[in-house]
Amino acid sequence: MSEIISDLNTIDKESIRIAKKYKQKNKNAAGSKEGTFTKIAFISISLIFVVLMLVVPLISVVINSLKLGLAFYIESITTEYVISAIRITLLATVIAVIVNTFFGIVASWAITRFNFKGKQILTTLIDIPFSVSPVIAGLSYIMTFGRMGWATPILDTINEALGTDIQIAFAVPGVVLATIFVTFPFVSRELIPVLNAVGTDEEQAAALMGAGGLTIFRRITFPHIKWALLYGIILCTARALGEFGAVNALSKTRGGTFTLPLEIDALYLSGSADSITASFAVSSILVIISVIVLILRNIVEYKVKK
Amino acid sequence: MYLELKNINKKYGDYKASDDVNIQIEKGSLVALLGPSGSGKTTILRMIAGLETPDSGDIIIDGVRVNDIAPAERGIGFVFQNYALFRYMTVYDNIAFGLELKKVKKSDIRKRVNELIELTGLKGLEHRYPNQLSGGQRQRVAFARALAPNPSLLLLDEPFAAIDAKVRKELRSWLREMIYKVGITSIFVTHDQEEAVEVADEIIVTNKGRVEQIGDPVSIYKEPETPFVSEFIGQSTLIKNYYKLKGFEQGDYIGAIVRPEFVEAFKRDNSDFADVIDSSEVGTVTDILFRGNSLEVRLDVNGIELTTHRSLERRPIYIGEKLRVIVYRLFAVDEHRAYLLENTELQKKGFKDRRLDTYIYNENKYVVI
Repeated sequence: MSEIISDLNTIDKESIRIAKKYKQKNKNAAGSKEGTFTKIAFISISLIFVVLMLVVPLISVVINSLKLGLAFYIESITTEYVISAIRITLLATVIAVIVNTFFGIVASWAITRFNFKGKQILTTLIDIPFSVSPVIAGLSYIMTFGRMGWATPILDTINEALGTDIQIAFAVPGVVLATIFVTFPFVSRELIPVLNAVGTDEEQAAALMGAGGLTIFRRITFPHIKWALLYGIILCTARALGEFGAVNALSKTRGGTFTLPLEIDALYLSGSADSITASFAVSSILVIISVIVLILRNIVEYKVKK
Repeated sequence: MYLELKNINKKYGDYKASDDVNIQIEKGSLVALLGPSGSGKTTILRMIAGLETPDSGDIIIDGVRVNDIAPAERGIGFVFQNYALFRYMTVYDNIAFGLELKKVKKSDIRKRVNELIELTGLKGLEHRYPNQLSGGQRQRVAFARALAPNPSLLLLDEPFAAIDAKVRKELRSWLREMIYKVGITSIFVTHDQEEAVEVADEIIVTNKGRVEQIGDPVSIYKEPETPFVSEFIGQSTLIKNYYKLKGFEQGDYIGAIVRPEFVEAFKRDNSDFADVIDSSEVGTVTDILFRGNSLEVRLDVNGIELTTHRSLERRPIYIGEKLRVIVYRLFAVDEHRAYLLENTELQKKGFKDRRLDTYIYNENKYVVI
């Protein structure tokens, strides 16, 4: 019995070796003169494009930010406005990531594990933030929670009843809501294909043995999706940190509800040479964060592939 | 009766997956649910397990109606078609999973898992992950995992489908042996009649959601009750004008099924058949296929195409050669039933079949098809 299995193993190994050899050969065939030229041309075009369009501008941001010296750099990223902006940005990002992670898991689970009418519609609806301009997202919240908004009377009633003073439009909750809206699809978009690919066999097997929903998720499903989930969270974080349009529509108080991108914009628009350099300094924070996110993303992507 | 299905019906839309299914299975038996794909065999298995709910009818296990009992409480071990092993758990953890859910003491879990690893011959592979195992080893893990919580009924869904042909034969006898060793009532689903005949001691043949016949392999093979079974089992050809064959008269049938082993073809000068040569007729060899251990010979007899097997030990034949042909018997079928017709010429003369008995049984009394 085991002899046959080991026999099969050697056969397998042999066929893999042959396949590899064949691949090698194909590679060499593609390495003919014409192939090499095309290859070099394509690689150079993409490389030049990426460097000119992305890398050079980003480096210039960092260089510009240090134009007036390190002391000025540190001074400009520690002003009251900037600190407040960092605080608001982090707050909005953390809440958006938590909410969207939870929502993303629930939605992708519903879409991949249940059959229901309107499933296709739900899938499409989740993607709305990808297709709708963020500014419109921001405006739609103003139309909802602003002075003329239909939900404002409801909010007022609640405030009166509880003796609170919760504001949404032009206040921190509005910024958070706008950020959530824009980063809505990232987690579920990553999870849905993975959940579909894994299938339900293992979950069914566990359920048949008497495992409850939570146990199945923790022991069976989660190991499958954890890297995709982390990847989705990273993308969601990156997007939340940099969101401008939607937040811009709902946030008008510098030092109160401004996020980092808004603060950068305000500094730049104020026009003096100093403030423009300061805006570059603040920008460099976001650039550094993006680089970190990029590295994390690559690590996770590598793990996912593995 | 240990397991009973009473008047089970199940529909998917307009499609009847189970059409008044009645099955009784005795404790300790090893049963095959055999049928072509779409015949409803997997649905039956899944309903017993509780993965599907019947529209009507009762499922009774050990005297208890289990229709409303949760799958996990039915005391069933289930081996999935692709095994559904937990990819992110080791062999050991896979087998231990069901026991952990039952909150069995850690030391008892270790004892039971090691016992099963020993039994299934997986020793040394405890810390491997499923993707580091061969198909056969995976099947063993799935088997051990299903048995771990000591179920009283084992269900296997196409247990050999995911294994390559070479290892499959080995695993069949392995599984049969294991099931007998453990002594557990088992039902497995298969579309492969060879598999059913070789592994099971009782076969339930299903077609279009209905149970066609229930019986041991020999009776299913020798006494098919319905047109479907007579055609599905064995290598069968349906012929319409069977009455043109020597020794058979026209009856109220729509056709007849002839298996290769019912057909004898020999050279005119073969002395072994000298006494029956009068009852034979001429057949022309139209095709010869090499089947490894024998030749498959196609013959044209009176415009009817017949197939027979020919031992490689016998004299060579060639395409176009005229042989003498005798059909020992055939299964005549009408709309609902199959009837065994013996060759009347041979019967009148009191001649017996020369090869059928030696052909069907091998030394273990199993049917060889």
